[in-house]
Amino acid sequence: MDAISKFLEMGGYAGYVWPSYLAVFGLLGVLLWLSRRGLKAAETDLAQLEGPDGKATRRQASPAADGAPDT
Amino acid sequence: MLNYFANPRRFMKLSGILTPWMAGATLILAGAGLYLGLFASPADYQQGETVRIMYVHVPAAWMALFCYTGLAISAAVGLIWKHPVADVAARASAPIGACFTFLALFTGALWGKPMWGTWWVWDARLTSMLVLFFLYLGYMALNSAFDDPQRGTKASAILAMVGFVNVPIIKFSVDWWNTLHQPASILRMDGPTIHPDMLWPLFLMIGAATAYYLWVLMLRMRRELTEGRVRARRQIQAEEAGA
Amino acid sequence: MTGFRAILERDLRLALRQGMDSVMVVMFFVIAVVLFPLGVGPEPNTLARIAPGVLWVAALLSVLLSLERLFHNDFEDGSLELMALSPPSLEIVVLAKVLAHWLVTGLPLIIAAPVLAILMNMPADGFALLILALLLGTPALSLIGAVGAALVLGSRRGGVLLALLILPLFIPVLIFGVGAVEAAIGGFPARAPLLLLGAIFAATLALCPWGAAAGLRQALE
Repeated sequence: MDAISKFLEMGGYAGYVWPSYLAVFGLLGVLLWLSRRGLKAAETDLAQLEGPDGKATRRQASPAADGAPDT
Repeated sequence: MLNYFANPRRFMKLSGILTPWMAGATLILAGAGLYLGLFASPADYQQGETVRIMYVHVPAAWMALFCYTGLAISAAVGLIWKHPVADVAARASAPIGACFTFLALFTGALWGKPMWGTWWVWDARLTSMLVLFFLYLGYMALNSAFDDPQRGTKASAILAMVGFVNVPIIKFSVDWWNTLHQPASILRMDGPTIHPDMLWPLFLMIGAATAYYLWVLMLRMRRELTEGRVRARRQIQAEEAGA
Repeated sequence: MTGFRAILERDLRLALRQGMDSVMVVMFFVIAVVLFPLGVGPEPNTLARIAPGVLWVAALLSVLLSLERLFHNDFEDGSLELMALSPPSLEIVVLAKVLAHWLVTGLPLIIAAPVLAILMNMPADGFALLILALLLGTPALSLIGAVGAALVLGSRRGGVLLALLILPLFIPVLIFGVGAVEAAIGGFPARAPLLLLGAIFAATLALCPWGAAAGLRQALE
């Protein structure tokens, strides 16, 4: 118990050390979460549009209309 | 090489394989770095425990520059070779770099207060970092300022290249200015020489930050490319419904 | 060269006919500087201490204020498109327009600066250097600003955006400009900052027309 509280105290600098770690991991975590959530949302949208036989419809669509020509 | 990745579908395939690896690398490197940095490394004899802020501060500062380099190179490739994936990479880099720059400034302030007795000094490095933050904000603002996203991409790509040329000049001028106006204090900006026990966690955390950048970069790029396909598909459906 | 002169003369004539551009910029410059004694207090030594910096910052903001309209009107009424199609290359067009812009806004600022320096109680040693530094610095500001003005053409909230893009890039000019004046006041040689200002001017003269032309091309697409 003593070792833990001594560790958390950071030699009296807890007020500086922990907020900086918190800020770094907090902000980077939020950015990661937002990026993942956006990707998931886009993937769900695409899956809905393409339907269960997404592969087949995608082949029919012209590559140019895909926004990304294959060449 | 460039042409190979110009195909978004090929990029999607490759990034699909690489993303989990980057996620794993980030977590493992950060875990090891945190363990070494917080538990297994000694406190600095001058700075005491505050030296542990270094393990997040230095990677953030390093990534602030790394992301801007990545952004400028991607923007240049996108502009010169009309490389669609590079444009997406440039746009996806900006928020990550801005976050790292902000964190470098924020943790720097938290480190400066106990060490130098003040949150902020107009030191050359801090000032340049602040300017870099403004460059990121300007890039993102210009990117989103147009109704036509293509224009935003091109205009901000030119801005990124202008900014990239300017970063060393700004850094030099700020250094010059700083020697002219020596702040009247006892600040020691160079810091102590780093003990080898501190180098390892530092390297690990820098590695973790780089892996994190690549991880989130791929997530954001995949997201944007997927959104592009959703838009294209909606357009087809609308045309079919109209016909 | 004839194309360069034609555009320069056209822009100057337009500025003279519509008339208010120079007056507005100088008015802004004067008012911005006058605000400082009101904010900081009228104590002569304090004012003398901050005078070079205040004059430079105010000049920088005045240039910024006028930059938004550098290409805007020609872009709106389509004459920029005609200029892009005409024989002189777009870089030459940019250079001519920047020169016209500097003659209309930069030069009046330089003429007004010594008067304001007296109001700010700036030591007389710095006057010659202030004018010299402004002569080297303001064209560089116009050139850098031209790139920004070209990039924000047709954007939403152009003016504020331009400030955000351009002000960080103005920092080196500000630092060396103030450095030259302060060196002269303090009795130090002002050669180094002046040479650096000159280098910035030369570099912007070589690179910025190119960047601004690239910006205009993508705006006209």
